[in-house]
Amino acid sequence: MIEVKNLVKTYGTKRAVDGVSFTVRPGDILGFLGPNGAGKSTTMKMITGYIRPDAGTATVAGIDVAKDPVAVKARIGYLPESAPAYGEMTVLEFLNFIAEVRGYRAPAERRERVERALARTHLEPVRRQAIETLSKGYKQRVGFAQALLHEPPCLVLDEPTDGLDPNQKNEVRALIKTMAADRAVILSTHILEEVDAICNRIILISNGRVVVDETPEAFHARRPGARLDTIFRELTNADA
Amino acid sequence: MSQITPVFKREFLGYFRSPVAYVFLIVFLVASVGLAFFVGGFFKANQASLQSFFVFHPWLYLFLIPAVGMRLWAEERRGGTIELLFTLPLTTLDAVLGKFFAAWAFLGLALALTFPLALTVGWLGEPDWGVIAAGYLGSALMAGAYLAICSLLSSLTKNQVIAFVLGVVVNLALVFLGWSVFNGLLSGFLPVNAVDFIANLGFIPHFDALSKGILDPRDFAYFGSVMALALTLNVVALER
Repeated sequence: MIEVKNLVKTYGTKRAVDGVSFTVRPGDILGFLGPNGAGKSTTMKMITGYIRPDAGTATVAGIDVAKDPVAVKARIGYLPESAPAYGEMTVLEFLNFIAEVRGYRAPAERRERVERALARTHLEPVRRQAIETLSKGYKQRVGFAQALLHEPPCLVLDEPTDGLDPNQKNEVRALIKTMAADRAVILSTHILEEVDAICNRIILISNGRVVVDETPEAFHARRPGARLDTIFRELTNADA
Repeated sequence: MSQITPVFKREFLGYFRSPVAYVFLIVFLVASVGLAFFVGGFFKANQASLQSFFVFHPWLYLFLIPAVGMRLWAEERRGGTIELLFTLPLTTLDAVLGKFFAAWAFLGLALALTFPLALTVGWLGEPDWGVIAAGYLGSALMAGAYLAICSLLSSLTKNQVIAFVLGVVVNLALVFLGWSVFNGLLSGFLPVNAVDFIANLGFIPHFDALSKGILDPRDFAYFGSVMALALTLNVVALER
C-alpha cells in the first residue's frame, strides 16, 4: 500500500533521512520509532507529499508521490504533528471545509461525512466551538476527524497521542485500532508502551536510517525480559 | 481547478470570523471618503465626478492592501496549517488562486461599499456614469496588482510584520516609478523616452487613464501581467 524506497532528504549539511526503505501493507499498524530528530517526521512529510525527497521514491497504492501528488494526497489521511487547524473556525466549519476539498460537494453527502467523523472522534459536544478555544485533547481529535473523514486507505499519524492524558491516549489508541482493519497505518511515537498496545510492526530509525524493521515480538526477543526502553536506548546509542 | 472554490470560500469567510474585516472596512471607508472630502476638495471642485476620490487610491492602497495581504501565507506558515493545506488533494496553484481571489473579493467589497459617494454625485449633478464605472474597474484592477505582490511577499516569511513592511516598500517603489513628481525629477537628466518607459512600469499612469474613463487594452494588460507574474512567483516560492 505504502512503499518507500531509498528516501533521502538533506537539510543544509545534515542528512535528515538517509536511504529509508520499507513497505506497509493493508492491516499493518506500523510503529515508527526513533529519538527526536531521527527523521520520522521528515519521512512522513515525504510520503504525504508535503516535502519533496532529494532522492528515492514513495508510492501510495502504486502511485508515485513525485509524479501525481494530488492523487496520492486523496488516498492518505494525514495528522501532522501537533494537529494544526484553522483556529478561528468552528469544528463544524473546519470539517465542512475539509470535506469540500476532499470532493464531497453535494450538501447531503458532505453532512453525512462530517457527522460520521464527528461521531467517531466524539466531537459532538464541541461542534460549534471555535477550534482555538478547545483543549489539547479536543484539538487532537479534530486533527483525527480531519484525517479520517474520507475513509482513506492509508493513514499517516505523526505523534497522535502526544500531550494527551492517559484516558485520551487510550481512547485514541482504540480509535486507531478500529480504523486499522484493511488499512495501512503509520504512526510515529516515542512512547514505547504505545507500540506494544497497538502496533503489529516496528520500524526504528536513528540518524535517518532504518535500524530495526520487525514485529514487536521479535523486538522484545532481542533482550528477553528487558524493558522496551532499554532495547531502544541500546539500539539508538550504538548508532549515535 | 475546481479546488479553488473551497479555498476561496474558507478564506473569504475567514475575514468575517475575526474583527479584522470590520476594522478594515471601516478604516477603508473613512480614509477613502475622508481623503476625497478634506484633501481632495470633493465639493470645492464643483464637478460631478469621483476624480478627487480615485486620485488618492494609489497612496491609500499602499498601506491598506499590505494589511490585507500580509496574512495570506505568513499566517499559514506560522500556524502550521500550511502543512495541512498542502497535504489536501489540491495543487499549489489552486491554493494560491483561491486565497488571492478571496482577498481580492474582500477588497472589491470594501470598494463597492463606497457606492454612496457615487450616489451623492449622481444626486447633486449629472456625472458620466461610464467614467465612474471605469474608475471603479481601474481601482479594482490596481488593488489586484498590489495584492498579488503582497501575496508573493507573504509567502516568503512566517512573520506578518515583515510581510507588511516588504509589501509597503515594494508597492511604494511601483507607485514612485509612475508618480509625476518623481518623473519630473528624472526628466532633468534622462531622455524623455527613458522617463516614459520608467513611468509606464509604475501603477499611476495606468490607473489614471482608467479613472478618466479611457479603456486602453494596454492598461488592462499591465495590471494583468503584474498579477500573473507575482502569482506565478508565489507558486514557485511555495513549491521551493
